[in-house]
Amino acid sequence: MMTDLSSALMICLPELILAVGAMLVLMLGAFGGERSTGAATMFSGAALIAGAFAAALGPHGTLFAGAFHMDQLAAYSKVAIYVASAFAVVMGYGWMNRSNERKFEYPVLILLATLGMSMMVSAGDLISLYISIELQSLALYILAAFQRDDARASEAGLKYFVLGALSSGILLYGISLVYGFAGSMGFTQIAHAIAAGGANHGVVFGLVFLICGVAFKASAAPFHMWTPDVYEGAPTPVVAFVAAAPKLAAMVLFVRTLSMGFFGAHEQWAQVLLVIAVISFVVGAFGGLMQRDVKRLLAYSSIANIGYALLGIAAGTQLGVQAMLVFMVLYMIDVTGFFACLLALARNGRPITQISDLSGLKGSKPGIALAITALSLSVLGMPPFSGFWAKFYVFKSAFDAGLWQIAIAGLVASVVAAFYYLRMIKIMWFDASPAPVDGSPSEARWIAFACALFSFPVVLIALHFLDQSAGLAAASLGLH
Amino acid sequence: MLPNILSVVTFLPLVGALAVTLLRFLARADDKPAIDRNAKWIALWTTLITLAVSVVLVAQFDQSNPGFQFVERYDWFAGATYSMGVDGISVLFVLLTAFLLPLCIVASWSSIKERVVEYMIAFLVLETLVIGVFTATDLFLFYIFFEGGLVPMFLIIGIWGGKNRVYAAYKFFLYTLLGSILMLGAMLYMAATAHTTSIPELMKHHFDPEVQLFLWVAFTASFAVKMPMWPVHTWLPDAHVEAPTAGSVILAGILLKLGGYGFLRFNLPMFPHASEVFTPLIFTLSVIAIVYTSLVAFRQTDIKKLIAYSSVAHMGFVTMGIFAGNAIGVQGAIFQMLSHGVISGALFLCVGVVYDRMHTREIAFYGGLVNRMPWYAATFMLFTMANVGLPGTSGFVGEILTMTGTYSVSTWTVIVAASGVIFSAVYALTVYRRVVFGEMTNPKLMDITDLDWREVAIFAPLIVGTLALGVYPKLVFAVTQASVDALVSTYSAAIGG
Repeated sequence: MMTDLSSALMICLPELILAVGAMLVLMLGAFGGERSTGAATMFSGAALIAGAFAAALGPHGTLFAGAFHMDQLAAYSKVAIYVASAFAVVMGYGWMNRSNERKFEYPVLILLATLGMSMMVSAGDLISLYISIELQSLALYILAAFQRDDARASEAGLKYFVLGALSSGILLYGISLVYGFAGSMGFTQIAHAIAAGGANHGVVFGLVFLICGVAFKASAAPFHMWTPDVYEGAPTPVVAFVAAAPKLAAMVLFVRTLSMGFFGAHEQWAQVLLVIAVISFVVGAFGGLMQRDVKRLLAYSSIANIGYALLGIAAGTQLGVQAMLVFMVLYMIDVTGFFACLLALARNGRPITQISDLSGLKGSKPGIALAITALSLSVLGMPPFSGFWAKFYVFKSAFDAGLWQIAIAGLVASVVAAFYYLRMIKIMWFDASPAPVDGSPSEARWIAFACALFSFPVVLIALHFLDQSAGLAAASLGLH
Repeated sequence: MLPNILSVVTFLPLVGALAVTLLRFLARADDKPAIDRNAKWIALWTTLITLAVSVVLVAQFDQSNPGFQFVERYDWFAGATYSMGVDGISVLFVLLTAFLLPLCIVASWSSIKERVVEYMIAFLVLETLVIGVFTATDLFLFYIFFEGGLVPMFLIIGIWGGKNRVYAAYKFFLYTLLGSILMLGAMLYMAATAHTTSIPELMKHHFDPEVQLFLWVAFTASFAVKMPMWPVHTWLPDAHVEAPTAGSVILAGILLKLGGYGFLRFNLPMFPHASEVFTPLIFTLSVIAIVYTSLVAFRQTDIKKLIAYSSVAHMGFVTMGIFAGNAIGVQGAIFQMLSHGVISGALFLCVGVVYDRMHTREIAFYGGLVNRMPWYAATFMLFTMANVGLPGTSGFVGEILTMTGTYSVSTWTVIVAASGVIFSAVYALTVYRRVVFGEMTNPKLMDITDLDWREVAIFAPLIVGTLALGVYPKLVFAVTQASVDALVSTYSAAIGG
């Protein structure tokens, strides 16, 4: 498709805003130093919001010989990713102020990582897929080790980097195999090649490596080993960022790659995804039982939830994709709220890390305790909280696609996982408080309350809207 | 006629809960007694208004119409609809719930001193969720209410319960959740194959007989835990013992009925073949429940635990009557559930009266209460007799009807079950004798006081209810008749009998 330059630029306007914004913030910081962190934060937030509007309202189309797709799916994901990133910028600024680590690099890195994710959801061939993943990952490695003086943060960053590099290698290997056997990098051409020659072993072989590489980034089991360590070690606002937006980006990347490029091999990749999904929610459910650290617990919870989301993709139907999109956005809201709650809590100036530190929270911080309770119940999938609808939707699509054995396994795993969410609720409401809790910062508190409110049924109207936009987004892939 | 009366009666308590929440956040924090007092009054008035609305509902209910009435239906999310309606089977349970809740609030008036505001919120939310179970006519709406009720009950047991409350709360939650999750799986399967989530339409849908077996088992896993049936009843005694008095009343009076209601709403009309296949299993489990738990009850030293086991036995009559599959059995089962709701609630309140004074439920601690508490002794006597099934009380009607209904289907079941009636007399009269009669040997009991006006106000409606239903059971049958007849005739047509 030929497009003239100005309309092409309009189509990738959200990315341009982010890229130019990141450069400007970098210049601002380079000349202004630490004093400019506040301005850098404001400017980054504004860039993200502007990007979200551009993504929601801008024109759609395909650019660069099919390497970049801007459609409903990309628009939906971009809006969600940008908003989540904006929350991370705000939370991070408050956190930096309190820990006296005002670094203007934080919003820059968030913007760059967001740019990577934004391209991930639009990637239309294997090259742009790889580049966008790397852009996102490199920024995230640095963010994980952002607290340079902290040994655990450095460890988290290093571990993330080494395992991430390994997964990138696997991904590249898969890409090279697919290119070798299909003869092209573009998804449409690969789809034609598969349609012409069937899914030969070479392509499937490469595809499996490709899936494993992306599963690493999405922290699906058995490629999840980095997740608990990174969650535990990295600064909380960074984890809030890592836990939300990149997961959605990786999932959308999965969907686009698999359904645009490899739908002819649906039978083969669905099996791989189902195995990964089952391992993920089993590992997530049982692994979480023994955890004492809140953030490690949430890491296992995220592994389990990625498993549920993969179920929607494996269904290979439009309803499945729609369910996955709704699920991921609701999950992002819950998890952002969770980390905002953690940010809002401290005892004697020390952030809360252990689950036992939450004990007796009902007395000292009833609002936060209520928010964590609502969010836990939501992630656990308790009706009428939003997380129930998310899980319900994914399971419904799995049942419709005839995957009911797997879906029942997932339902049972969610009962096991219920145990650790309940333990958190129990510790907050039933146990006595050992020491008073410090006053909580307002920005984290407001984000926590907003997310918790969203997980309440009060906003079922919002769910309806979300469902409709996810439906439009899923329809743009042309599945049935 | 009120528009959307079912939504009103369902969500009124939630509005009350929001009002209490607002009160909590708007009022000055240092004025705790005033906040607590206002929370109690708001809760009481909300439940009373809900009761009034549900009385209007029952009064306007067309008894000759077997289908769903007051139907509301709106499109919702993910293919589910927001649809509500009541028929003769469910409408009286709405009334029962609305009837017991004000009593629970009054019963907690002075015994709950900690976190009163949260307690009232939990009860009001629970009321909304329970009423919602009975009014929902969409598969997933039903599930939401059914499952959502776990959370407030978990908090009620866990926060305001006794010593071992955390264990009990967990056991309650995880047991019920595992059962419900299997039911959710079955519901998703039904929605996927029948392409509808509306309960009235699903009742007309014919599921493949082999599939029915799986669906039946999944639904039963959930309802049997709720009911509770032997052998999945073990969470109930723990939950009852640890729950505060009003929590026990709700648990025994209403939450246990969700299981029986579920059997009537799903298993019997939607999976008739499977119901027929599994009827011997249900009869066996019911009889074991009736006989075995009656014997277990006899050995208890804790009054609440004893009543809990007796509830399991009485629910055995309900499952037996439901799966008898004829009009008499089903009518009897519904009646038994309503009557047990009143009687067991009253019995737990009786225990609460002495527990509030002495803070123990050990049977051995008491004795000779009749000397100091004659009014209490008389009240306790009435409900003990009703629990045993004395003619003239509502307990009798339910038991005799379920047994009559089952007799034509399985004579042996009834013969064994009838022995359970004797056992129930044994344990109930024994505990009554040990607590109320005899010499007052424990010096701590010397100053115990009789019922005060508040307790009289709680027991009076319960006494009226028990006797009215016992003397004139047609009050119930007139309402349930049409729907039960329709249910039974489709059931017997489906199994070809």
